Amino acid sequence: MSRIQGVLKDLKDQGRKALIPYITAGDPHPDATVGLMHSLVEAGADIIELGVPFSDPMADGPVIQLACERALKHGTSLRQVIGMVKEFRKEDDKTPVVLMGYLNPMEAMGYEAFADAAADAGVDGILTVDLPPEEADDVAPLFARRKLDAIFLLAPTTIDERIRAIAEHSSGYVYYVSFKGVTGAAKINVDEVAAKVAHIHEMTALPVGVGFGIRDAETAAAVGRVSDGVIVGSVLVDTIARNQADTEELKRALTDLLHPMREALDSLAS
Amino acid sequence: MSVKLTEEMLSALPDARGHFGAYGGRFVSETLMDSLMTLEKEYLQMKKDPEFQAKFDKDLADYVGRPSPLYFAERLTRETGGAQIWLKREDLNHTGAHKVNNTIGQALLASFLGKKRIIAETGAGQHGVATATVCARLGLECHVFMGAEDVQRQSLNVYRMKLLGAQVHAVESGTRTLKDAMNDAMRDWVSHVDDTFYIIGTVAGPHPYPLLVRDFQSVIGRETRRQALDKTGKLPDALVACVGGGSNAIGMFYPFLGDETVEMYGVEAGGLGIETGQHAAPLCAGRPGVLHGNRTYLMEDENGQIAGTHSVSAGLDYPGVGPEHAWLKDIGRANYVSVTDDEALDGFRMLTRVEGIMPALETAHAVAYGVKKAAEMDKDQMLVINISGRGDKDIHTIAQLDGIEI
Ligand SMILES: Cc1ncc(COP(=O)(O)O)c(C=O)c1O
Repeated sequence: MSRIQGVLKDLKDQGRKALIPYITAGDPHPDATVGLMHSLVEAGADIIELGVPFSDPMADGPVIQLACERALKHGTSLRQVIGMVKEFRKEDDKTPVVLMGYLNPMEAMGYEAFADAAADAGVDGILTVDLPPEEADDVAPLFARRKLDAIFLLAPTTIDERIRAIAEHSSGYVYYVSFKGVTGAAKINVDEVAAKVAHIHEMTALPVGVGFGIRDAETAAAVGRVSDGVIVGSVLVDTIARNQADTEELKRALTDLLHPMREALDSLAS
Repeated sequence: MSVKLTEEMLSALPDARGHFGAYGGRFVSETLMDSLMTLEKEYLQMKKDPEFQAKFDKDLADYVGRPSPLYFAERLTRETGGAQIWLKREDLNHTGAHKVNNTIGQALLASFLGKKRIIAETGAGQHGVATATVCARLGLECHVFMGAEDVQRQSLNVYRMKLLGAQVHAVESGTRTLKDAMNDAMRDWVSHVDDTFYIIGTVAGPHPYPLLVRDFQSVIGRETRRQALDKTGKLPDALVACVGGGSNAIGMFYPFLGDETVEMYGVEAGGLGIETGQHAAPLCAGRPGVLHGNRTYLMEDENGQIAGTHSVSAGLDYPGVGPEHAWLKDIGRANYVSVTDDEALDGFRMLTRVEGIMPALETAHAVAYGVKKAAEMDKDQMLVINISGRGDKDIHTIAQLDGIEI
C-alpha cells in the first residue's frame, strides 16, 4: 500500500476526512518551502500538494499565476522542487507529498529521469493538470513501476463513461474539480458538488478529494461532508503573498487558516 | 529531399486522437475534454455534410471575396532575376488577411452548436478583427484576448475590433503577448464552457483545432493549385509562407503535400537573429514540448519553462507552432527557415515600392525569404509567396522605426 493509500485508509477507518493543502514550491522563496511544508503538517495537513511552478499555468487564476511568477523569479526548477521533497523527508516520512503541475517541465526533464528522481526523493503522487489519461500511455507505466500514484482530475463536465475510465487509470485518489473555472474563483455550489461526488462514489472505490473554491472552515466542512477530503489552494497561496516579508508571521497566518478547517472536518467524524 | 506522401497517408492524419506523428494531441484540463470531444464529433460530421460545405463556400465567395487572385509579380521577378514570383493575394480578403477564412468556418460551427458567446486570442489583431467581424455579422457576443504589449503596437486593430462591437481584454500576465492571450482565452473558456465557443486563430491548440483550422485555410492552396495550372499549365516549384502558429502556411501547403515536385518553405521570425536568442522560431531553434493543448516544437529554457519571444511582428511572436508543421519538419517534407526583423522590413519596403503592395509585417518575412529563394532558382521555375495579409495595421510600427510621428 502506498503512503497515500495508507493515510487515506487510516482516515477512513477513523471516520475522518483528509485535509490537503496546496502551496506552490519556491513561493515566496525556494528556501522557505520545506519549512512551510512542515508548518502545514503541524497545522493539520494529511497530504501536501506541492505545486511545480510553470510559466503558463493555464488552469490557474491570478493568485496561483502570481505564485508561479514569484517562484520562477528565483529560478525554481522541477529538479529543485524534487530536492525540496527530499529535504522534507529527512524529518517527515509519514505525510504524503503529491507534485501538482503542468506537463512541460516533466517532459523537458525526461519522464524516466523525472520518475526516478521523484521516487528517490520520497514523492508519493503525481497530478498533471494538462495530462488526460488519453495522453498518459507512455508516462503512466513509469510512475506505476516506481509506486508513484497517478492522480487524475474529474470535472463537472466529465461524463460517466470517462469517470469510469479515468478512475481506472488513477491510484491513491481522484481529484474532483468542484466547478467550471480556474483556481481561486469563488463559484462553488455545495449541493451540486454533493450530487456529483455521490455519483462518482458509485462508479469507483477510490477516495475522492475535492478542490477549487474551498476557502474557510464552512466550505471545508460542507464539502468534507460529501467527500473523502478537501484540497485547499488559492486561499493559502494568497496568504503567502500577503505575508512574504515575515516567515514567522506567515507560518502563523497559515496555521490560523488551516486550524479551523481541521477542526471543522474533524467535527464531522462519525 | 522530398518525401512521397500518398493520399492514404494524408487522410490518416491526424489520427483519432489528433496526433500528427509524435505531435498534436489533446493536453488540456479535464473540464475542457467534453467540449473538445463534442466539437470533434460535430466537426467530422459537418466536414462530410454538403450543406455545411456549401454554406462555407458561399460565404467565402460572397462575403470574403474569394477566390483571391494569384498574381504574377512581373517587376519583382525582373528585379530579382530568378524564378517567376507569383503572389497569392490573401491580403485582398475582406478584413485584410487569411484569418477570415477560418473565422467564417468556425463561426458556422459555433452557430450549428448553438453557442452564442465567442472568444478568441489575437496577436497582430488580424484574427481578432476577423472574429469580431463574423460575430457582428451573426449577432454573437465577442470577447478578444490580446497581450497588453500587442494592444499597444497594434492599436489600429484594437479600435477596429471595438467598432465591430467586440470587447477587447488586454492581458497583463506573463510576457504580455500572444501566448499569454491564449492562456487567458483558455481560462475564460474553462469558466464559460457551457455557452462559449473558442475560435482559435491558428493551427495550434488541442485537437481538433489544428485539423479544422487547416481544413478551413486549405482553400488557399486549393485555389493556388488550380490557378497555377490554369495560368501556367504546371504546378509551382516552390511555395513560401510565413509561420506564426502556421495557419496561412498549412493552408497553402496542405493541398500540395502529395505533389512531390513542389518544395515548401515556412518562414519563421528570426527577430534580432537566431544566435541572439531574441526570436520566435521554434521550428528552427526550439525543441519538442507541450503547450496550449498540443505537443509541438517550442521555445523553452532547460527547465521546460516557456521562453520569451521577440519579433517585430506581433502575429509571429509566439513560442509554439502548429503540430502538423512539427511533423512536416521531422519527415523532411517542408523546410523551415527564418528571416530577421531587418530582413523582413526590407521585404516590406521592397514589395511596397516594386509592386505597390504593402504586406503585413508577418507576410514581409515570407516576402524577404521568397525573394532570396527565387534569386537562387532558374528563370523558368515558379515560386509562390503567400501574401497572408496587408500592412495597414503596421504603418505605425514602420513609421516609428523610421523615426516619424504620424
Ligand atoms: C497577416 C498575417 N500573417 C500571418 C500571421 C501568422 O499566423 P499564421 O502562422 O497562423 O498564419 C498573422 C497572425 O496574426 C497575420 O496577421
